Amino acid sequence: MRSSARSSSGRGAPGTLWAAAVFGLLFLNAPVALIILFAFTTDAASFRFPPPDYTLQWFGVAWGREDVWAALGLSLRVASGATAMALVLGSLLAAAVFRTRFFGREAISFLVILPLALPGIVTGIALRSGLNLAGIEFSTLTIVAGHATFCIVVVYNNVLARLRRTAWSQVEASMDLGADMFQTLRYVVLPNVATALLAGGMLAFALSFDEVIVTTFTAGQKQTLPIWMLSEVMRPRQRPVTNVVAVFVMAVTFAPILLAQRLTRDTETVAGSGK
Amino acid sequence: MSPEARPVAVRFDGVSRRFGDVPAVNAVTLDIFDGELFTLLGPSGSGKTTCLRLIAGFERPDGGRLFIHGVDSGGRPPYERDVNTVFQDYALFPHMTVEENVAYGPMIRGVPRAERRKLAAEALELVQLPELAARRPAQLSGGQRQRVALARALVNRPRVLLLDEPLGALDLKLRQQMQVELKALQRKVGITFVYVTHDQEEALHLSDRMAVMRGGVIEQVGAPGEVYEEPRTAFVAGFVGASNLISGELAQRLLGTAGELIIRPEKISVLPAGAAVADGACVADGRVAEVAYLGALSRVKVDLEGGGALTAVVQNVEAGHRDVAKMQGQPVRLSWRREHARALEPGAPS
Amino acid sequence: MSAPPSPRPGWTRRLSTFLIAHPRVTLALLLAPPMAWLGAVYLGSLGALLAQSFFTLDDYTGQVVREVSLATYGKLFTAAHMDIVLRTVAMAAAVTLASVTLGFPVAYLAARHARGRMKALFYLGVLLPLWSSYLVRLYAWRLILAREGVATWFIERVGLLGALESVLELPVVGGPSLSASYLGMFLVFVYMWLPYMVLPIQAALERVPPSLTEASSDLGARPRSTFRHVLLPLSLPGVVAGSIFTFSLTLGDYIIPGVIGQSSLFIGQAVLVQQGTAGNIPLAAAFSMVPIVIMAAYLSAARRMGAFDAL
Repeated sequence: MRSSARSSSGRGAPGTLWAAAVFGLLFLNAPVALIILFAFTTDAASFRFPPPDYTLQWFGVAWGREDVWAALGLSLRVASGATAMALVLGSLLAAAVFRTRFFGREAISFLVILPLALPGIVTGIALRSGLNLAGIEFSTLTIVAGHATFCIVVVYNNVLARLRRTAWSQVEASMDLGADMFQTLRYVVLPNVATALLAGGMLAFALSFDEVIVTTFTAGQKQTLPIWMLSEVMRPRQRPVTNVVAVFVMAVTFAPILLAQRLTRDTETVAGSGK
Repeated sequence: MSPEARPVAVRFDGVSRRFGDVPAVNAVTLDIFDGELFTLLGPSGSGKTTCLRLIAGFERPDGGRLFIHGVDSGGRPPYERDVNTVFQDYALFPHMTVEENVAYGPMIRGVPRAERRKLAAEALELVQLPELAARRPAQLSGGQRQRVALARALVNRPRVLLLDEPLGALDLKLRQQMQVELKALQRKVGITFVYVTHDQEEALHLSDRMAVMRGGVIEQVGAPGEVYEEPRTAFVAGFVGASNLISGELAQRLLGTAGELIIRPEKISVLPAGAAVADGACVADGRVAEVAYLGALSRVKVDLEGGGALTAVVQNVEAGHRDVAKMQGQPVRLSWRREHARALEPGAPS
Repeated sequence: MSAPPSPRPGWTRRLSTFLIAHPRVTLALLLAPPMAWLGAVYLGSLGALLAQSFFTLDDYTGQVVREVSLATYGKLFTAAHMDIVLRTVAMAAAVTLASVTLGFPVAYLAARHARGRMKALFYLGVLLPLWSSYLVRLYAWRLILAREGVATWFIERVGLLGALESVLELPVVGGPSLSASYLGMFLVFVYMWLPYMVLPIQAALERVPPSLTEASSDLGARPRSTFRHVLLPLSLPGVVAGSIFTFSLTLGDYIIPGVIGQSSLFIGQAVLVQQGTAGNIPLAAAFSMVPIVIMAAYLSAARRMGAFDAL
């Protein structure tokens, strides 16, 4: 967008529109603010508002909770595994779809987005049936497998978008100058795609870290952090501790997504443009 | 040296390349000699770029054979050919500095760092950009990027250099300056340049020899003077420079022959009505229908008595823009030398 | 000068030349791992699920009878179960409408009237809740809707307590408390999916080049007409795209109805119950088919509207 030398919006939007929009924004953000607020309340038994008093003790209490640490560890391991798988599979797929016109190309784009488009419970129950049928026991690997399935698409989208924005002539130039396919990949393609891979990976990490529905069906007895949270939501124990964990989860999922946004926004210019 | 004895850098032997049903290059046979600046000229879709890419190795021939310095190269990947390309969009690597870009070829070959830098410096010297080594492509102007692309291709001392409309993105003045520099560079380095363009003026200026292409086929090959003054087909006559196409009844009336002939507009003199003409010159009278003032020249379209029209181009030696404007609607006499009406090959489709 | 010293003709180079010469092999190699995964594992599981819906559960033995029949679907179409479906679809529709109503102004302002820092603020204001964990946000509402919580405090302050009690007495919408009623559920659903509605609409509106609105006013249209005749139709694919999300997400959710709901089930919960305690996988599979079929129909209608470009 050019800077507004012309002001198509100069005459401003009607006041009611502004009010409605602001209300919408407040509606969206107030609850999150309240979560943070309630991490400091002294009332452990209810959600009384306004909170009677404020304290930092719950941060210490949360630190000491074994079940929280166990769940956190599992979530981190699962997210790392799912991200790694998604990076590999998503990139391969993006590379395949990018240049070649082949039968079923459209179908692939549809297939990739299916795990995200269909309700989580359908994916969850389908995977569970599949696992049962194949006689596979639930384990950390089954959780990773479930997550990888819907994480592939975020890596795929990011990498594909970046590939499309990279001038293909760079690849040809590299080969013209004596580099074979693998050297070209290493010296030319990878640097161009690196930030997209990073962004896709971080999105996949956040997606996996936060996921609860599919996880419930593939986890068996294990608890990831969201599953832990879910049991707390249903039957709260030490409420402020849950809030502390919630604040932590927000930070962990928020940071990578923000970074991913930054990474994919900076490289807008088409590489190698001769104009 | 007779043409047959000259060493051949690139030989097309009945080469074809199809995209789906469309033959982009249709059984082309062509010899490009060592050390010359050879231009492929044609409109878009004529197959000139595809021919270039076939030499570079980005396309493989569907039929026929392609020889580079005597070696059948059709199946070879680009990195195994002693050929380098300057791309239309320059294709500079944005994440590398200018020096790293230019040193890319040597780096791939495993040349040690110190020597790489020396080679790169030499190449940048050659294109007159020695001080820009540490910059990134994004910080350069179009003309500078173009030179870096050139340096990057030349540093490998290829035996054939391919240039794909390299000056297309530059404005007119810069383009003309670069044309002169490229010609000098080719003379200096002495390697074969294969140059693709749709700009016929550029082709005429730069080439030692040129080929005019249309629809995947070569219509004419020859030195620029030959192609311009002795066009074989109406297409070549119309694409390389402008021409008046005369056929049928008009040919009979003006020149007394049948068939198709062309007269170049600059060969027609525009004289006042009833003026005397040289002996043996052809004459046609008419009225000025349109006149376009182009600064140094004026283009005059004249409706002839008895039907038909001819376009002439005259230098504005005496006349200024006001005189030119007054010509509109005036009766004039056109005159040209008989030998300047050239016959085209019969049966060539226009 | 002669050709440069040739590089190591290692196996990578030869492999590279082979792969370039045989693009189909390269393609197959690239596609094999992801397709094996998505195709075999995911599609296979989905297929297994679909197959299951054609089996039946023998009530006496509690075992799944692997004979193809429509008996399970017959059970699906009984009154009690169809209630569940209708309830879920009705909620999904209500949530979608509310999301459009609430989300459109936000999207419109962000796209057409916000510049620079204001625009960044809008972006952040919509993305922040989206990026916060689903459960965290749900927990926030549990907190808010609790009897002694923020909502009640606010309503008391504004003096609407009496109104709230009457609303809660209403047959369908109400319930014992805000945190156990359809009204509460509705609020939470709208809150959860609102960003998914705003973003596609905003993207669609941003894609409208300013020259279009300028042309419209150049041709004599006032802002309102420009909105009605130019912006609104062009934003429609975005609205449809957003509604795909809100509808689909509501159809399949089982957590929110479980936390903020009552004992009457939604589709997601029905699936959970059937495949869990009841052990009736075929019926659970049949239930799963409902959102799939609904969304498939919705998606194909949406595709014809061009909504996929706005995703």
